[in-house]
Amino acid sequence: MSAPLLRVTGLTRAFGGLVAVNALSFGVRPGEILGLLGPNGSGKTTALNLISGALAPDAGRVELEGRLVSGLPAHRIARLGIARTFQLVRPLPAMSCTENVLAGLAFGRDAAWDGEALERAEALLALVGLGGKGHLPAEVLTYVDQKRLELARALALSPRLLLLDEWLAGLNPTELRDGIALIHSLREEGRTVLMVEHVMDAVRSLCDRCVVMNAGARIAEGPPAEVLADREVIRAYLGAEDA
Amino acid sequence: MSRNALIFALLVLAALSAVPWLDSGFWLALSINIAQYAVLATAWAVFSGPTRYVSLATAAFFGIGAYTVAVLGEALPWPAVLAAAGVIGVLVSLLVGFATLRLSGVYFVVFTFGLAELIRQLVTWFEVNVTRTIGRYVFLDITQAQIYWQLLGLFGLLLILGTWLRASRLGFALRVIGEDEMVARHVGIDTARAKIALFALSALFMILTGAVMAPRWTYLDPAIAFNPTTSFQVLIMALLGGVHALLGPLLGVVPMALLFEVLSANFPNHFSILLGAVFMLVVYAVPRGVIGLLARTQRRRVA
Repeated sequence: MSAPLLRVTGLTRAFGGLVAVNALSFGVRPGEILGLLGPNGSGKTTALNLISGALAPDAGRVELEGRLVSGLPAHRIARLGIARTFQLVRPLPAMSCTENVLAGLAFGRDAAWDGEALERAEALLALVGLGGKGHLPAEVLTYVDQKRLELARALALSPRLLLLDEWLAGLNPTELRDGIALIHSLREEGRTVLMVEHVMDAVRSLCDRCVVMNAGARIAEGPPAEVLADREVIRAYLGAEDA
Repeated sequence: MSRNALIFALLVLAALSAVPWLDSGFWLALSINIAQYAVLATAWAVFSGPTRYVSLATAAFFGIGAYTVAVLGEALPWPAVLAAAGVIGVLVSLLVGFATLRLSGVYFVVFTFGLAELIRQLVTWFEVNVTRTIGRYVFLDITQAQIYWQLLGLFGLLLILGTWLRASRLGFALRVIGEDEMVARHVGIDTARAKIALFALSALFMILTGAVMAPRWTYLDPAIAFNPTTSFQVLIMALLGGVHALLGPLLGVVPMALLFEVLSANFPNHFSILLGAVFMLVVYAVPRGVIGLLARTQRRRVA
């Protein structure tokens, strides 16, 4: 087993009396797609927010390639190589698609500006299937295209680790097939992905391993087929009677 | 603004510098007034336009500039006075920037409004308790024409900086912040630093405007220097013109400065009420500014 790219140890965050993430530990290996699963409210998005620096943890550590990143502001973490998409899609609405991607290019790990940046932006838009739409303002795009745009913006940061927060949610069957193929192609490029996902078909076909959370804590970890058959996982999703 | 547009604008400014030779009375006074608001409103929009942070601190910075001249004007040579005003003002703006980092929306507005009042009260307290004189005379050997030329120079400098900024990474960062600050942080933008840098730059021009204008009054007290109406007038001018283009605010400054002139000459006792009415009218009728109206008619013509 290779050393993890991302190591999360004892990560904890409470909101008032509610412990949203409770002593969560797991690792993401280089080049793998790790699924972070769990019923609604189990703390998946909070965990992503803690990793990306949107929130600071109350306790615990997040290390990227052995370097402590928890506690750093989000922009530092982004520059060190963790990029993300958002559960509720957040394009920069009044800016063009090209400018949206430039936003990812201009300040990231492998930053580019001017002519080279424009070329890379076009290439990234083409990669996610938005070729030729660079001049359109982001707000006129369809929902699925806004999701593609967000992915292109995240990839523009040349991330070591990509966090996808329910990137496949809300897509129709055709879009879903294309979306899965797109994430699959990211893996082919050797990218490392941590994805929060509810679409089980996608989890089965994409993820190398899964971590399942319930009530803020990890309840299972392993290959998708294994964890999805786990009694405790089924209990968490469906209740005790079906387990 | 493109490079050609900038050069054209600078040539127009150079031509306008002839005004004092044509008339040294009413028209020069009016030109000074317009030039003053042109710098203030454009400086305001340089920060507030892209970030969408509505600042009411204009009066605070303008006042710092003016009051520095009132205190130091006779003690130091003029360039040193301007430099001192600039340094003091930028330090204050950095301080305010750090303090207001985490404020957004209405909290920022209220804080900046309070700032002008706070500084006015502090200066008043200091003058009453320490120097024991409230109000100062500004007798400097600076003519109206010189005031006007300095304002034109400031405006030209601001246009050059603004043009550079729009094409720069910092300017782009501010637009991203204005669109979505959360996203800005997650694409690696140090939002705090970008906002503070621009806030200080914008403040510097307001401070220098206040300093340049100070000799015009001959008598200054904190209530004149830190008059909160300045903040509102500048805000409404910038909004009327449009804050998303560098020359947008100017389109609001010219008609508004003329209107304020007419209003304060004819209805001196009802000026504030009328100002409020104008404010509401602008926000309801031209929410995207004159620039927005122009862009819309242009689009219609194309379609």
